[in-house]
Amino acid sequence: MSDSGIGQRLWNFPGGLRLRHHKKIACERPVAEAGLPERLHIPIGRYSDAHPVLLVEPGERVLRGQALIDSGDDFQVAVHASTSGQFEGWTEQNAAWPPGTRQRCLAIVPDGLDESIPARPLPDWEQAEPGALVDHLRAMGLSGLGGAQFPTAAKLRGDWPGIHTLILNGAECEPWIACDEMLMRSRPEAVIEGAQVLARAVGARRVLIGIEDQMGTVAERLERARARLDPENAIRIMKVTTIYPEGGERQLIQVLTGQEVPHDGLPQDLGLVCHNVATAAAARDAVIDGRPLTERIVTVTGPGIKTPGNWLARLGTPASWLVELAGGYREDVTRLVLGGPMSGIALADDSLPVDRGTNCLLALTDKEVARTQPTLPCINCGECVRVCPASLLPQLLFRAIEAGQNDQARSLNLFDCIECGCCAQVCPSHIPLVDFYRHGKDSLRLQDLDERRAALARRRFEAREQRLARQQAEREARREKRRKQLEAPDQAQSEIQAAIERARRKRQ
Amino acid sequence: MTRHFEQAGAPHQPPSATVSGMMQQVLFALVPAIAAHWWYFGPGILFQIGLACAFAVLFEAAMLKARGRSVSLGLSDYSAVVTAVLFALCLPPLAPWWIAATGMLFGIVVAKHLYGGLGYNLFNPAMVAFAAVIIAFPLELSQWLAPRQLSPGLPGLLDTARAIFTGSLPPALDWDAVSRATPLDLLRTGVAENRLVTEIRSDPVFGDFGGLGWEWIANWYAIGGLWLIYRRVISWHVPVAVLATTVVLSTPLWLLGPDIHPSPPQHIFSGALVIAAFFIATDPVSGASTLRGKLVFGIGVAVITLAIRRFGGYPDGVAFAILLMNMFVPLIDRYTRPRTYGHRLPRARAGG
Repeated sequence: MSDSGIGQRLWNFPGGLRLRHHKKIACERPVAEAGLPERLHIPIGRYSDAHPVLLVEPGERVLRGQALIDSGDDFQVAVHASTSGQFEGWTEQNAAWPPGTRQRCLAIVPDGLDESIPARPLPDWEQAEPGALVDHLRAMGLSGLGGAQFPTAAKLRGDWPGIHTLILNGAECEPWIACDEMLMRSRPEAVIEGAQVLARAVGARRVLIGIEDQMGTVAERLERARARLDPENAIRIMKVTTIYPEGGERQLIQVLTGQEVPHDGLPQDLGLVCHNVATAAAARDAVIDGRPLTERIVTVTGPGIKTPGNWLARLGTPASWLVELAGGYREDVTRLVLGGPMSGIALADDSLPVDRGTNCLLALTDKEVARTQPTLPCINCGECVRVCPASLLPQLLFRAIEAGQNDQARSLNLFDCIECGCCAQVCPSHIPLVDFYRHGKDSLRLQDLDERRAALARRRFEAREQRLARQQAEREARREKRRKQLEAPDQAQSEIQAAIERARRKRQ
Repeated sequence: MTRHFEQAGAPHQPPSATVSGMMQQVLFALVPAIAAHWWYFGPGILFQIGLACAFAVLFEAAMLKARGRSVSLGLSDYSAVVTAVLFALCLPPLAPWWIAATGMLFGIVVAKHLYGGLGYNLFNPAMVAFAAVIIAFPLELSQWLAPRQLSPGLPGLLDTARAIFTGSLPPALDWDAVSRATPLDLLRTGVAENRLVTEIRSDPVFGDFGGLGWEWIANWYAIGGLWLIYRRVISWHVPVAVLATTVVLSTPLWLLGPDIHPSPPQHIFSGALVIAAFFIATDPVSGASTLRGKLVFGIGVAVITLAIRRFGGYPDGVAFAILLMNMFVPLIDRYTRPRTYGHRLPRARAGG
């Protein structure tokens, strides 16, 4: 794949929205330590084995950084104790998604000492084999901090030929979320060193760090750190125009490289790999400092919060603890969102423990979310077509799904929808379009599953029918053979004679 | 203590627009042109708008009730009012009151509600209404007033009301004196009589580039339309396609035969082309869904309009052009789908 021009200029992506930013209110104070709540419930993450083997017995004392679950393979993320204290074993907590489900967590009652196990840096990582680096990151429990929590090792290792460029995503692009901006502001060196670690691990010779043009001094600070740490000039800091959803992986790739990820492929097919800036900083901590991933920055903000800000929270900290640190809720708060206002998830309650993907807790008041009219029929205004970054036809997708014609929706490329919410935001009829798309995708997945099951059942049934027919035929053949034998006259005579002999012998 | 919250789908911020807001902006954008209409042709337009709105709201409410829908919700979207105003703007100022009633019967009851109401009509309701009345009452629809500059005196409020409701003008105002064929009528009949366009244009009813009065109303429509584009209520695709196609088609003909073909400005600034380009062909419900489809739709409207003006039986063909193109919308949508992200990669472009 051609990589000429990458890093020299920017491209555009279709659609998108320029949204009002509300970052400043959370950026007025430096990132603060969130401290230790009464109990931590560390989620094991959606990529873990459902029933992993515990490395520690419940009731034992654990130290910070001690592994509680091992990583079996690249797709299974190791979980480490995020402070020292008494390990309590499994608990269940409400999961953010899907609504109404529970997630398995590991509970620790902190003892307040916060003792760590000895650091395990990877010596001479600049000369380490990429495979060894990936192994180390895997053992340190690295997974994506941008939101999807994809295991970092699985993204880095693979048989893709010629990964030439590592892209670090520092474009949050959702209004309100500020955790990545605060990270880049407070630890620019960590981001640059993390970029070098990840680039070595994946074999990329160039790094592009995409940040928003509205991030103030971030570009300057990164550039200063880069000048000091990157003598080979392999890292480039690229300011992109703040248009939502520019922080989406596929959109950022399009803006930075002018290329589109194939609809049935991955960025790696283009020689690219994309990580969040916070993941890079965590990779640096794991390799250079030798610290496993046990904390992340969380933005707690919104008009429903008294003193918004950013906190460095241990994995497993309940959301309510962070809200408490932020001065608590304002009285008129009605909605608590995990993530940003465009694509975040409305939580049922604030018990949710912080996991690797918890970037923002956004508390909204009725004024922000109140609907001014009920849902009206689609008037085909086409505003959704103009803002769709995937160049779909959202109103036709909606009509197909509403009419139950899911196959039609599939042929309109429903599965290329990234659920960014732009269409729903601009819809004058206030149709919850993203909910329809999710429903359509779920129905199609279920339908596919049913079809696979039905096909399997049919194959089994046909195999059984064949087997029964074969057995029947074999029985028939045996009987036929026997009948033929008996039909021969002397044969029958001698058999009768033999039977009489047997009976007589028995009587004696 | 755990606190509980409401759950709802994203996005979690106020929507950017409402249907009623869009419709209201369309109405605002029509105000300057309505004022110009009033100035040039007297207060008749206000009566026509009032009548059409009254019948539209009446029929809309009746149909919503008959279909078991919320009447207040259905009326609050302003869509019936927009249909009524656009229809009224196509009527002669002194058209009798039952024209508005018949038109709205077809526009609101037949074209809109019998097809499923807001969002489901296949045909533009305002144009169905206009097509119905121009077919049913061609005479009444051809009785246009002369613009202010050529009129011995525009009828006042009371005379206008009397004319609309009783059909009779006061003796001081004679029909033959106050009425005047429209520029497009003159062009049609003139060309049919083998007169030269330049000769036809010497009639005082023609202005600097279009029809006298008409050209300025058209300008105000255009200004309102540009404002709607700026406000993102309509997209630029349909107006640009309609107007550009008109220019592209009429320019070579006019250059080759200025005696028998009207000039491009003459085409644009007379009749309903500008209001159609910005306000009627941009009707979202009955129009194309894709951006390229909107271009195709606009091109089709212009082509058919010019064909009807040149060869057809009516002086202006905008209404029929729009209705004909409405029929092609499913086909247009099917063949103008945009390329989805990641499907068929774009050619590798070298940077620089």
